[in-house]
Amino acid sequence: MYQMKKDRLTELFQAISGTKDLFLPLRKCDQTNYGLWTPEEVFDLETLKTVKSAKDCFFPQSEVLYRCKTEDGKISIDPQKLCDRPFVVFGMRACDVKAVEVLDRVFLSEPVDTFYAARREHGTIVSLACHEPEETCFCRNFGVDAAASGADVETWIIGDSLYWKPLTEKGEALTESLQAVLEAADGEASACEAEETVAREQEAIRGVIEKLPFSHLDLSRFQPENTMELFDSPLWEELYKPCLACGTCTFVCPTCQCYDIRDFDSGKNGVQRYRCWDSCMYSDFTMMAHGNLRTSQMQRFRQRFMHKLVYYPANNDGLYSCVGCGRCVSKCPASLNIVKVIKKLGGEA
Amino acid sequence: MQELITRAKELLADGTVSRVLGWKKGDLGWDPEPAWFEKEEDLEGFVYNPFCGANLSKYLIAAGKLEGRTLVFLKPCDTYSFNQLVKEHRVKKEKTYIIGVGCRGTLDPEKVRAAGMKGIEDAAVDGETLKVATLYGEKEMPLKDALLDRCLVCKGKTHVAYDELIGAQAGEEAGPGELAGDRFAGVERLEALPPKERFAFWQGQLSKCIRCNACRNACPACSCLKCVFDSSQFDSSQKANADTFEEQMFHIIRAYHVAGRCTDCGECSRVCPQGIPLHLLNRKFIRDINTFYGEYQAGADTESRAPLTDFTLEDVEPGIVSKRGGGR
Repeated sequence: MYQMKKDRLTELFQAISGTKDLFLPLRKCDQTNYGLWTPEEVFDLETLKTVKSAKDCFFPQSEVLYRCKTEDGKISIDPQKLCDRPFVVFGMRACDVKAVEVLDRVFLSEPVDTFYAARREHGTIVSLACHEPEETCFCRNFGVDAAASGADVETWIIGDSLYWKPLTEKGEALTESLQAVLEAADGEASACEAEETVAREQEAIRGVIEKLPFSHLDLSRFQPENTMELFDSPLWEELYKPCLACGTCTFVCPTCQCYDIRDFDSGKNGVQRYRCWDSCMYSDFTMMAHGNLRTSQMQRFRQRFMHKLVYYPANNDGLYSCVGCGRCVSKCPASLNIVKVIKKLGGEA
Repeated sequence: MQELITRAKELLADGTVSRVLGWKKGDLGWDPEPAWFEKEEDLEGFVYNPFCGANLSKYLIAAGKLEGRTLVFLKPCDTYSFNQLVKEHRVKKEKTYIIGVGCRGTLDPEKVRAAGMKGIEDAAVDGETLKVATLYGEKEMPLKDALLDRCLVCKGKTHVAYDELIGAQAGEEAGPGELAGDRFAGVERLEALPPKERFAFWQGQLSKCIRCNACRNACPACSCLKCVFDSSQFDSSQKANADTFEEQMFHIIRAYHVAGRCTDCGECSRVCPQGIPLHLLNRKFIRDINTFYGEYQAGADTESRAPLTDFTLEDVEPGIVSKRGGGR
């Protein structure tokens, strides 16, 4: 366990960004989102939830796959270079850390997504514990511990200090490079004191989590054997109705992983083939040469939740592809969200 | 609220309407959702409080395809959207039964959070104060600090379409009364900026756009069956910004498409997950239309011709736009 004074955070960030790219929650135009930190940027560790999750750091909303060009009748292809520069994401909450596990199972299984794999290889995750969890949080249901994320490095901000605990090899290596800023707890007494302070904070966080309104959802019905029963439920017709068919829930979600591949014709500069996040809420998501296989919004709405709660876990050892971050709860323009779906289909409401 | 439920039950029971479109209580006190009620007993979940910001007018397009009439609860500013949809033949008046509900301004949960209230479990209005029950204790804040920006400059108008009113009087000035400010002040502040700064303002704001299309999908004026941005033939994507120009293009094109039809209901800014003040783009158009063609309020009636779809010999000459400094 290491610690340092909170007012030295900028020094810490300067030390990290000296050798690596550093992604931090940045305050820009009244909102907080992850972005590449430079000393001119304003970081914000107070906001519990960034609008978009930290997913962008590993799987950006839009990225070029290759560029091609025709010159004198010859086509040349310019492949996109894979990420080869080490980077650190600081401040990720435990839910967003868990979401990376969900993404890993998709992108790192065969065929491996090389763009994602390169970023995962070069990225080190430093989590920050949730000092004051909010009413929209329901991570507890998905085995997430807001007080201990299991990331490469776990940190807690308690009072005027930052506590820093490396857990993995990557975390140890990062810690090693920051010895000038981080203070190892000297002697057994002070190490013990730091451990105790963190333990008290963890207990307090877990205490709040237990009391959250959505912390005890009944997920027992979301089992592979109930797939058809859930799929055919008449409740979907009722649930989807206020849905505006926008993509807010999918784009703020840390686990949504669908993307589309498109060409951007930039004229004489050639064509850029890029991929961008897609949303199953959009009508063209399932548009194919033969037609569209999901013709109603009810079907699209159902797909999103069946995927998170039934299909994904059926294919991934029971791991749900929702981590309970609650962004959809606070951001849906029609106040729809996965909690309402779980309650209704799970028989609670 | 009980009065609204009682009346809705009566209208369902006597067959005047086949269903009710209103709001349903959420789980957290600040998250009511637009909801359809078909049976009297379902109405037990009905709620109407200052967190019912959603404008229900656009749902009437879907309601119009169903059997019978739909009872809808509309706030004063929502009725402008209703009229505009009737004018554009998207909604039929005879398929709708409107109960105009009183409104003293609707609230923005994000502003409550920004005021430092974490873990909001419930919220209630007590006079000019918003009392908030949070995980970290009871808190309160002045109601006006929690109002949606649109309500701070409430159009202050009455219901322009209704079959009956509950909690509101005919001809009554609705909205937060003395709080109603100048709704063009924000536009004027931007117009006064040097072009470079104005560009920087919009670039900063629009760079936050995640292309979720919530603004478009919530907008009662965006009622096209298929949006141009959803076309696979269009050399752009509705879900990504291939370059920084595209995010600006999307919002500017949208503002052009709704110019003269936008009633300034403010749903675009209310639903934006990134807090982009999109209504300022629309208000710029409204202000210019007012300047060039005379005062015009979209949705004030269902018959008049709108300035941009009409021609008179007195119409402003295009040159006046450039003389005034536009286009440079």
